[in-house]
Amino acid sequence: MSSNINSVANTIKVALGLCVVCSIVISSAAVMLKPMQTANELLDRNKNILIAAGMFDPEVHSNADVDAMFEQFTPRLVDLDEGRYLTEEEQQQLGIDPQTYDQQTARNDPSMSIALSGADDVASIRRRADYATVYVIQNETGGYESVVIPVSGYGLWGIMYGYLALESDGNTIRGIGFYDHQETPGLGGEISNPRWQAQWPGKEVYGDDGDVAFQVVKGGGSGESQVDALSGATLTSRGVENMMRFWLGENGFGPYLDNEVRG
Amino acid sequence: MATASTKTILIKPIFMDNPIALQILGVCSALAVTTSLQVTLVMCVALTTVTAFSNLFISMIRNYMPSSIRIIIQMTIIASLVILVDQVLKAYAFEISKQLSVFVGLIITNCIVMGRAEAFAMKNPPIPSFMDGIGNGLGYSVVLIVVGTLRELFGSGTLLGITILPTVANGGWYQPNGLMLLAPSAFFIIAFFIWILRNKYDEQVEKNEFEMKPHTIEKGAH
Repeated sequence: MSSNINSVANTIKVALGLCVVCSIVISSAAVMLKPMQTANELLDRNKNILIAAGMFDPEVHSNADVDAMFEQFTPRLVDLDEGRYLTEEEQQQLGIDPQTYDQQTARNDPSMSIALSGADDVASIRRRADYATVYVIQNETGGYESVVIPVSGYGLWGIMYGYLALESDGNTIRGIGFYDHQETPGLGGEISNPRWQAQWPGKEVYGDDGDVAFQVVKGGGSGESQVDALSGATLTSRGVENMMRFWLGENGFGPYLDNEVRG
Repeated sequence: MATASTKTILIKPIFMDNPIALQILGVCSALAVTTSLQVTLVMCVALTTVTAFSNLFISMIRNYMPSSIRIIIQMTIIASLVILVDQVLKAYAFEISKQLSVFVGLIITNCIVMGRAEAFAMKNPPIPSFMDGIGNGLGYSVVLIVVGTLRELFGSGTLLGITILPTVANGGWYQPNGLMLLAPSAFFIIAFFIWILRNKYDEQVEKNEFEMKPHTIEKGAH
């Protein structure tokens, strides 16, 4: 019996059998749970846009309110290089629409993105999609009330993804929210702590010379373009600052904010 | 061990043979996920489930396992269970799974799971193995809950997100202890836990590996 169990044939048989059983269990679970996971991710993304815009208070609102509140936002596609909205025809030509466009997929598609090199790649994200979805709230007169832009940048362990909400002047920060990151829980992971994020609103992105002046500094961050760094997470804090410098600079949303929001 | 009653198998790992306090296994996640009690509880449930079921399945097929690929089979079963737990958490408890992030995946490398599979499930029938998994999971949970409670209470003044000690930052009187939110504090709390446990159960104190000789040798007369 025992020699039979340890024979080469039986070893292969058991290994194969186990692999088949385990892979069937795992893949069926993954397929069955996928719709719920996707719904959760979408809900989480929309919630983070609302949090960034300072409209979602966890103590007042619940997940059920997210869909209704999110209707105030109009998603629009932006050509980052030219800094303007895409027209309907262009969207049709490219085969993308603001509801379903996925910037992360586009980022990995060479025909839809550009490679960033050296000095340009401030946020260490290597590639950047040509187009981005922004979420805008317009007031009755057609002016902007708020603009929410997607931002991402390399922290300590991986790329941090979030949303930055700006006031109608395209300069004053309304809020920030991160929806995906791999930073150390309790240290760099504190970027998603509402208490840390609470110091962002009211800070100004650009300095008097028009360049990005935003900084994440140790020890207070009392300046009008400064926020306090996270203790014990120097590299994450630096990553957040680089992320802001890239996405609000000339390779990010700089031209768009110039032309469409402030223009 | 084979003759031990179900109750002993279930209860013993909680205080008498605690996986963290006596065997010093699985300390990594005890440091990482205990900053808030809610996350801690989910982690406890996840680990207990994985340990129990990996013990059950490994024990069920233990007589058919070729010894040359024994460890690989154990790892495959444990890894599959962990992925399953991770997927379920992502579907039903998205917020918490985001906070636990990599640590659910790291249950695979948690020494308690592998340790119990190798030490108990390989030698015992399925039902006692399952109970042993639950027992060790509970032993792990007890330590984690103690650590999580203390850290959340003194680190952020809350329990399960409900304010107990109003903090200065929120207009209260309590100045939170920042150290409690950092990983080293869990070391101190676990050490206190072990100290108390070994004071109560003398037999858990290890014998000295060697006797310290006095520095100078006293001579009888000068």
